[in-house]
Formats: sequence, structure tokens, C-alpha cells
Amino acid sequence: MAAEAGKVDPMHQFMIEPLLGTDRWQIAGYNVPFTNSAMWMAIAALALLVFVAGGMKRQLVPGRWQMAVETMTGFIDGMLAANIGPAGKKYVPYIFSLFMFILFANVLGLLPLSLFGLHPFTFTSHFSATGVLSLMAFAIVLVVGFWKHGFHFFSLFIPHGTPLPMIPLIFMIELVSFLVRPFSLGLRLFVAMMAGHVLLEVLSSFVISGFNAGLGIGPVVSVLSFVLMVAICALEILVAGIQAYVFALLTSLYLNDAENLH
Amino acid sequence: MDQNAAKLIGAGLAAIGAGMAAIGVGNVFGSFLESALRNPGAADGQQGRLFIGFAAAELLGLLSFVVAMILIFVA
Repeated sequence: MAAEAGKVDPMHQFMIEPLLGTDRWQIAGYNVPFTNSAMWMAIAALALLVFVAGGMKRQLVPGRWQMAVETMTGFIDGMLAANIGPAGKKYVPYIFSLFMFILFANVLGLLPLSLFGLHPFTFTSHFSATGVLSLMAFAIVLVVGFWKHGFHFFSLFIPHGTPLPMIPLIFMIELVSFLVRPFSLGLRLFVAMMAGHVLLEVLSSFVISGFNAGLGIGPVVSVLSFVLMVAICALEILVAGIQAYVFALLTSLYLNDAENLH
Repeated sequence: MDQNAAKLIGAGLAAIGAGMAAIGVGNVFGSFLESALRNPGAADGQQGRLFIGFAAAELLGLLSFVVAMILIFVA
């Protein structure tokens, strides 16, 4: 990672690279190679599959693994019951998959695999990945809303008891805040993950260039940066969990709008 | 002023937004803790709203980070 002249490029870790060559991956004239992003998505999906499959034993007295899986499903089930009500039951599979996929992706990207020469890649630090996830949530909201309520769905944009002169203004404000949701939802996850990884990289460059500076103030800065880096790593694990939770929570809130209007 | 210098100054000014968001996030959790200690029984039911407020406050700080990144790497 340390490029020429001891400079660390904090953006290099987000580079998407084709893994198995680019020539053989042509679909209808377009080049669609298997990238490191796609590989880490596959790894996250596989890890999630193994995690859930290990807990599907349906024992009356659950073991540790089954307990772990049932705690997660129960957590999502409780969140949907609290936010949507009884109608939220049918969204448990989707929200559970969404939450666990993002959580696995965030945590897998933080693994210290570079000790073994591998390069962990956090695909949730790309808007192309999180944007698709948030567009899927937005599409489900639109489909459910129009399916259940028809054109009455537009009453979502006019809260009850709005005075008549205020209706055009409130309608526009609510419409814009509704339309900006998929953008802000995807942006939050991608920027939070990217900011954390850039911060770690910048601190690691402080450590390296501090030791390269020779005796004096350099090693002091290095040691302090290293201690800070360890603490930030712990914070990043917290952020990985919180961002996955916030994504699932906001998706369920938007689904609540579609199910129950205001 | 050199255009590159102006970009970097703008990116630095965007950090003010990150600091403001820090105040906002601190306010959200601080107020939650304050009221949770007054009425611990009602605290668990409000955790969803706590994270909604956190997400709304944090988003604006992240936007200022995006502005800084765009100024440094894109513009």
C-alpha cells in the first residue's frame, strides 16, 4: 500500500479491480469482469448463508449457534413489530437479509486480512452498491403503497389537519423529502464506511512517516497515532453495526409509511 | 488566489460542518441519556427514535465530508 516516497494514498483501497482478467467477460459488447467488489459481495452472502444455515436445526433447546441466529431474527422481528405493527411480519425476511448482508459486509471489510497479504474490500463504501440497496427499498415502498392504497397513497404528502392555504407548500416539501430518501439512505451508509476507512488510512500514514522522520518528535507522533488508530478501529466496529441498524430501521420506517400512511 | 489553494481551503471549511454535526449527535444522545435517567422505564421504547434522530443529525455531517472529498478529488 505504501506507494513511492513513503506516501500513502488513502483512496487506493477503494479501487475496483477486475480479478480474473477482463478479456473473457463480454456480455453483449459490454465488459463485465468479476471484480474484487463482486467477490466480497459473494463472500458476504456466503458467510451469511453459512451463519443462517448453522442455526436452522430447530431444536427445542437451542444451542449457541441457533441462539445467535434466533436472537438476530427476533431483533428484526421486534423492530418491525414496533415500527409497522402486525402488517410488518411479511417484511421480516427482506429486512433481515438486508441488515445481515450490510452488517457482514461492513465487518468483513474491517478484518485485518492484510496480515496475510490479502486486501479486504468494503463494497458498502461504494455508492453503486448502497444506492442499489436503497433503490430496492424505495421501489418496495412505491409498489406496496400504490398496491394497497391506490392514488390515496398521495395523501402521504399532506399530513392530517394541514390548513388549506398551506397545502401546496406542505405538499411540495413532503414530496421533495420523500424523493430524496433513497439518495440520503444510500449516501449515509457509503459515506460513513468510506470516512472510517480513509481515517484509518490517514492515521496509518502518520505512523509510517513519523517513524521515517528519525529521532525526535516523529516517533512520539507515531505512537500516539497508533494508539488512536486502535481506538478508531473499535469505533469502526461500532459504526459498522450502527449503520447497518440505521439502514434497516429507516427502511422499515419508510415501509411503515407505505403500509399505514400517516 | 490559486485555484488549488481555494479548493483546499474550501475542503477545510467543510470540516466546520463535521464539527457542527458532532454537536448535533452529542445533543441527541445527551438529551436521550438525560431523559432516560429521569424515566428509565420509558427509555427502551424510545430507542428507535433515538437512532432516527442520530441518523438525521449524522447525515448532515457526512454531507460536509462529501463536499470536502468532492473538492479535493473531483472538482
